[in-house]
Amino acid sequence: MIYQGKQKIWADYQKEIPDNHWFYVRSCIRQNFFPASEKYFLTICRDMLGRDIFESEHHTTCAGIAYHCDTIPQETAMTVVARQFALMTEAGYDNLVTSCITSFGNYCEILETWREFPELEAKIRENLWKACRREFEKPKYLAHASDLMFKLRGEIAERAKFQLVSRATGEPLRVVEHIGCHYAKMFPHKGVGGAEYPCVLSGMVESWGGRVIDYPERRHCCGYGFRQYHVKANRGYSLSNTHKKFESMEPFHPDLILTNCPGCPYFLDRWQYVIAEMNGKTYGQNGYGIPALTYEELAGLVLGMDPWDLGLQVHQVAIEPLLDKIGIPYDPARKYLGLDEKKIKTPGLPTSLKCC
Amino acid sequence: MDFGFKLSPSSAVNLDTVDHARYDRLVQLVPDALTCIGCGSCSATCTAAPWSGMSVRKVLLGLQRGRDDEVDSMLSKCMLCGKCTMVCPRGINTRHLILTLCRLSRKGEVVR
Amino acid sequence: MVNRTPVIAIIGAGIAGLEAARQLSALGYEPVLIEKAPVTGGHVAEWNRLFPDMSPAADLVQSLEAATAKVRTMTGTEIASINRLKDGYSLVLSDGNILVCQAVLFATGFHLFDASKKEEYGYGIYDRVITNRDLEQWFNTRQDERIRHPKAVGFVHCVGSRDVKAGNTQCSKVCCITAIKEAIEVKEAFPDAEVYCFYMDLRLYGKKYEDFYIRAQRDLGIHFIRGRVSEVGEDIDGRVVVKAEDTLSGKPVKVTLDLLVLMSGIVCNPDAQSYAQQIGVAIDDDGFLKSRNNLGSIVESSRPGVFFAGACTGAKTIPETLAEARSAALAIHHYFNNRG
Repeated sequence: MIYQGKQKIWADYQKEIPDNHWFYVRSCIRQNFFPASEKYFLTICRDMLGRDIFESEHHTTCAGIAYHCDTIPQETAMTVVARQFALMTEAGYDNLVTSCITSFGNYCEILETWREFPELEAKIRENLWKACRREFEKPKYLAHASDLMFKLRGEIAERAKFQLVSRATGEPLRVVEHIGCHYAKMFPHKGVGGAEYPCVLSGMVESWGGRVIDYPERRHCCGYGFRQYHVKANRGYSLSNTHKKFESMEPFHPDLILTNCPGCPYFLDRWQYVIAEMNGKTYGQNGYGIPALTYEELAGLVLGMDPWDLGLQVHQVAIEPLLDKIGIPYDPARKYLGLDEKKIKTPGLPTSLKCC
Repeated sequence: MDFGFKLSPSSAVNLDTVDHARYDRLVQLVPDALTCIGCGSCSATCTAAPWSGMSVRKVLLGLQRGRDDEVDSMLSKCMLCGKCTMVCPRGINTRHLILTLCRLSRKGEVVR
Repeated sequence: MVNRTPVIAIIGAGIAGLEAARQLSALGYEPVLIEKAPVTGGHVAEWNRLFPDMSPAADLVQSLEAATAKVRTMTGTEIASINRLKDGYSLVLSDGNILVCQAVLFATGFHLFDASKKEEYGYGIYDRVITNRDLEQWFNTRQDERIRHPKAVGFVHCVGSRDVKAGNTQCSKVCCITAIKEAIEVKEAFPDAEVYCFYMDLRLYGKKYEDFYIRAQRDLGIHFIRGRVSEVGEDIDGRVVVKAEDTLSGKPVKVTLDLLVLMSGIVCNPDAQSYAQQIGVAIDDDGFLKSRNNLGSIVESSRPGVFFAGACTGAKTIPETLAEARSAALAIHHYFNNRG
């Protein structure tokens, strides 16, 4: 691996990310999958680093899942997105930051479509006006929330309480980065570092002390694929894609997987349980799995936030071995306490995959 | 545990692990087999092809891609008429090739 | 014939420029060779052996250099600008001199496609991914850390050729046969290595080329896989994992290799485009210089006194380039004769 070669490519795919004043749109599914990630994005960027990030309770789905599942036409998705733009305009913002990768891809695709077919944009403006009497400006800058965190990675590193380093050996942790497909594969120039060797996550990993692993199936989709996972008969196909990635990364012994998509960390986490139940195979050390984290969760850990406040107890793969490796303190007794400090239910243990 | 779905087998051919012992033995005995360019004239002219899927082109490729079941099934359909030999632009004696192949085990031993 | 011997500026002292200079000298003209590089011989001087006879590239270059020893040759000289005069052209050179000439011959050749632009192949990122030029250099020097007893070697045809996204729709014409030539040489150097050629179409049209192909298949057992490599990764041992489709069986294939050679294609030389623009010489939509017509007048430009030889108008083999250089010399000769 020639690191300078990647740096050369990264220099070609620089993306302008304004430093401040963002209109934030949440994901449909992330709050269920990773309940604290979006909250901690705001905690870190707004409260700790003092950025102005606004969100509106009137924001809805971007309709990306329905669009990708072929249940609505693109024009409908465009009108829904036009409404989000209207909310942004009404709030007085012109930088839009999305939490979801598919939303980001959807927004990019729509803006690109309007650029090529201005008559379609005019039609959508008319649709929106007829539907809800709203008007909008297009965002000046569109970023994914991981772009913004990439931009702020240095400020996070300055405030870091922990490094992505093994406490026992002093060696950097080996981190697999997994980029959501809709981040840059459709529009390579919209992603930090391009589509083949994106540096949006690897930049964070390196700033926070870890070492990135490049393995043969790095570019492979996690297998979620909307229509594939959502239909039970196709779910084996979805699983097989994740399995292929694990088989490929296994020889590198990754300590953790870092992701920037709603679906990927969910499937990279949960399928480890399913694979272990099906064929007894586990991919972490000593029968554990490999933790798959969102970038907000990882930033939170680096900044010294409590792992249970970050929602890491809802992951299938046990996080404790990673916390021990870095030397992050945690209270096992608090793992399954709810916000009111009362015990929520403790999950049952899998047959093969070791959990705490 | 039954989840109602399973890991699907991959259709990808892994050239690192595919066993081509029978092909290697075949090309020792019939070196011209190496010169196939996959033009398909053998299959186009084949008497058996329309009814059975027999194709000398696919047999040669299948041997190199570890698809032995398909190869054996195709070979069993050949009527040894020799039309494919007449049409091959590389001058491969395909009839001889088929007969030679029928004598080889999957491990490449001459068994008949 | 004019009173004074006409001066002819030949831009580029690769094989096209050298051969044209030789012919023009023989016809009694004063050609001047201007070469940007410190040495003459162009791309061919970097190559090791040439198809179809496997003759050393150095022999060809040396014989051309010997034949043009008396021609005024300026190496290490760039052209800062080029201007039209009433009946000729003036070239401002990087050494500050100005060369006034009555005719200009573009022998500017080509650029080898920058393989790192095909990001998915990882040239410049994965150690074991090299180009055709790197391999020829290894044939010359036998020194490259990356090439040590490979057990599996792959060749990717059409890197930057026939590729709309790379900005080149044209076929580079010589890469298929070069790949087979190099595959044979690698197999001869490492007889126990498995050698794979990944091709889209095999475009082998020249004399003895098919013999090369049959030899690669029958005598050396080189595997030809009809399918374009889609992506390259690196495994834990630093070997490269290559994915393609075997389109003849309709199945994806994957193979782990110790060395992957990218057949970088022939693309236009941006310097030639710049000179052409300065004196109003037309450029074709493929970026190469535009001939007056592509059948009978391939060495003539749309402007009087400006001529072409070799790969400045598109991908060429060596015999084609040499034939065009001779043809251009004759065209220049007729041009001056007709001017009286």
